[in-house]
Amino acid sequence: MKRARAWLPGLLLVSPSILLIGVFVYGLIGWNFRLALSDQHNPIDDGDFVGFANFVALWQEARWPAAVGNAVVFTVVFVGGALVMGWLLALLLDKGIKGESTLRTIYLAPMAVSFIATGVVWRWLMNPAPADRATGLNALFVNLNLDFLVNSWWTAPNFGMAAMALPAIWQLSGYIMALFLAGFRGVSEDLREAARVDGCSEWQVYWHVVMPQLRPVTLSAVIILGHMSLKVFDLIIAIAGKQIVADVPAVYMWDMVFEVRDPAKGATIAAYMLIAVAAFVIPYLVWSMRKERSEGRA
Amino acid sequence: MRNISPALGARWKVAGAAALVGVLAATACGGDGGGGDDSEVEVFSWWTGGGEAAGLDALIEEFEANNDISFVNAAVAGGSGTNAQAVLEGRLQSQDPPDSFQGHAGAELRDYIEADYLEPLDDFFEEQGLNDAYPDQLLDQASYEGSVYSVPVNIHRSNVLWYNPSVLEDAGLDPEAPPESVEDFVAALEQVEEETDVIPLSVGAQWTVDHLLESVLLGSLGTEAYNALWEPDADWSTAEVSDALDDFATIMEFTQEESDAEDWQEPSQRIVDGEAAFNIMGDWAAGFFDELEMTPGEDYMWAASPGTDGTHMWLSDSFTLPVGAPNEGAALEWLEFVGSQEGQDIFNPLKGSIPARTDVDPAAYADSEYLTWALEEWESSELAGSFWHGVTVDNRWKSDIDTALGLYLQDDDLETLQEQLAQAAQETE
Repeated sequence: MKRARAWLPGLLLVSPSILLIGVFVYGLIGWNFRLALSDQHNPIDDGDFVGFANFVALWQEARWPAAVGNAVVFTVVFVGGALVMGWLLALLLDKGIKGESTLRTIYLAPMAVSFIATGVVWRWLMNPAPADRATGLNALFVNLNLDFLVNSWWTAPNFGMAAMALPAIWQLSGYIMALFLAGFRGVSEDLREAARVDGCSEWQVYWHVVMPQLRPVTLSAVIILGHMSLKVFDLIIAIAGKQIVADVPAVYMWDMVFEVRDPAKGATIAAYMLIAVAAFVIPYLVWSMRKERSEGRA
Repeated sequence: MRNISPALGARWKVAGAAALVGVLAATACGGDGGGGDDSEVEVFSWWTGGGEAAGLDALIEEFEANNDISFVNAAVAGGSGTNAQAVLEGRLQSQDPPDSFQGHAGAELRDYIEADYLEPLDDFFEEQGLNDAYPDQLLDQASYEGSVYSVPVNIHRSNVLWYNPSVLEDAGLDPEAPPESVEDFVAALEQVEEETDVIPLSVGAQWTVDHLLESVLLGSLGTEAYNALWEPDADWSTAEVSDALDDFATIMEFTQEESDAEDWQEPSQRIVDGEAAFNIMGDWAAGFFDELEMTPGEDYMWAASPGTDGTHMWLSDSFTLPVGAPNEGAALEWLEFVGSQEGQDIFNPLKGSIPARTDVDPAAYADSEYLTWALEEWESSELAGSFWHGVTVDNRWKSDIDTALGLYLQDDDLETLQEQLAQAAQETE
């Protein structure tokens, strides 16, 4: 009885959310997979179990590999770009620039903007019109006599999605900067001093002493950026709308569910997206749980 | 703390009770639909802005003045109807249909019909004499397996060539004699490119290229062959279709590079701004030019898109009668009103479209030079259904065509485009 008094109130407190998450998150994930394994290709039929047929059939279509390719290009450029930008900004601030708090606020500000709003502005900035009709960034390049920089941005086939990642980098690098800055500040000054006494250059201090301690921060940053990038939807819709040139899995899924009304196909795409995100997140969860255990915190 | 907590408890009880009542009321709202007494009619649409909302409001006012039925406007805003369609789908699936909803006449309604969501309206058309008021070809193209399922309230035209007369003059072309065939059109585009600095043909994002494709197919194949493409046994792999797609590819060479970054308004605006010579867009462009306060005949002119003179490629907003409509009697009153000459003449001048009936009063449209022209054409034209606007294909077929076209715009592979179009036509049967 005494033991129940210890754990019962806590359980009662969290049980509603456990129940709600169980039904509305994991229950619906299960329901989505059940749908993806059926042949319910319109809203009316009940659909029979067909195993992984939908998962295979998707790769036979020209649109799906193209959408996956776009998502990969976007992810690589976005994650890499935001990491490098965020790290550089953090490094500059860490070196003790004047007016640090103002700059920090400025760099963080894009985080407060929604992807839709970012997209509307960058849609104009990245207008692909050629030099004689240029607007946005192309016009800037023309005025600076840098005509060779004028390009077709996100409308270029194959690697256009790299341009699409620019607004996302712009929006997230301030946040990554904040993560790295906290990491830099967490490295004790004694360690740096010791390294300097041993004759390290400033660069070597960062590379050999500070950076190795930032691995957990870097990993968190990659997880955050990676899962955002795999499910990117609103930024694409704001800039390009529904077009093959900028097709990604999330846009494809939306098209299948709400326009074509093919529940099984939409669920299949959703399942692939969940698997892709899980491939990022689950190893991270396992890793951090092990780490906490080995540190005796759990 | 102890003094406050009883009051807090009471407040929580009140809040909880209020929430419960709210939930009950909400479910009751959905539940009491079954036994409607025809004192109200709930009509679902995505007309919430611009000329569409103005037209609907005028209809509502007149309808309520003449009937003892109160109108419940269940319009859902946003997404060019996409949001509304998602809401509608949910309501139909949970057997809570509105009394009537708006949809594009034709194959776009096929999903609803196959799901038994819609009542056939053949008897209603018979009673109201609508079979004589609408053109036979319209009823034929809007029917599914011999039955009509919706009452068309207006007609938009898809195959319109818009052009800037002064740009044509600069290029040495006669604005009074726009290109009549696809060959003439290509020649005119070449001439514009050689003689001037403007874009010969402006297009926008992928869907406006779909829109261009249907006009080129119609112009290149002719009306009969175009209409045959949407029949169940249609063959898309013929040499005629190849030629039509060749024409399409040639025409696309004269468009601007940055088209992906524009919707339909920017390419239209390029016409009146003198930045482009030609544009093919539906007749909602006329309403857009009115908004920009442009003068027809001076800032812009129009004609049937090349090779389609005498054919009206149509799309139509229409109203339906869902199965299990709570106030069926009132819904039929509404359908009678929107199908009537009076209702259509109230609605269409505001929406910027022409009535689907052929026996209307031309005076109501005399203010607009474009609508006058369109009305004359409508009464004398052959008809073809617009595929992009849901007349001839259901959503899946439409999406397949859109995907094939989008891939073609990436890789320029015309053969694959034709193969995929042929495959899309077969899969839908």
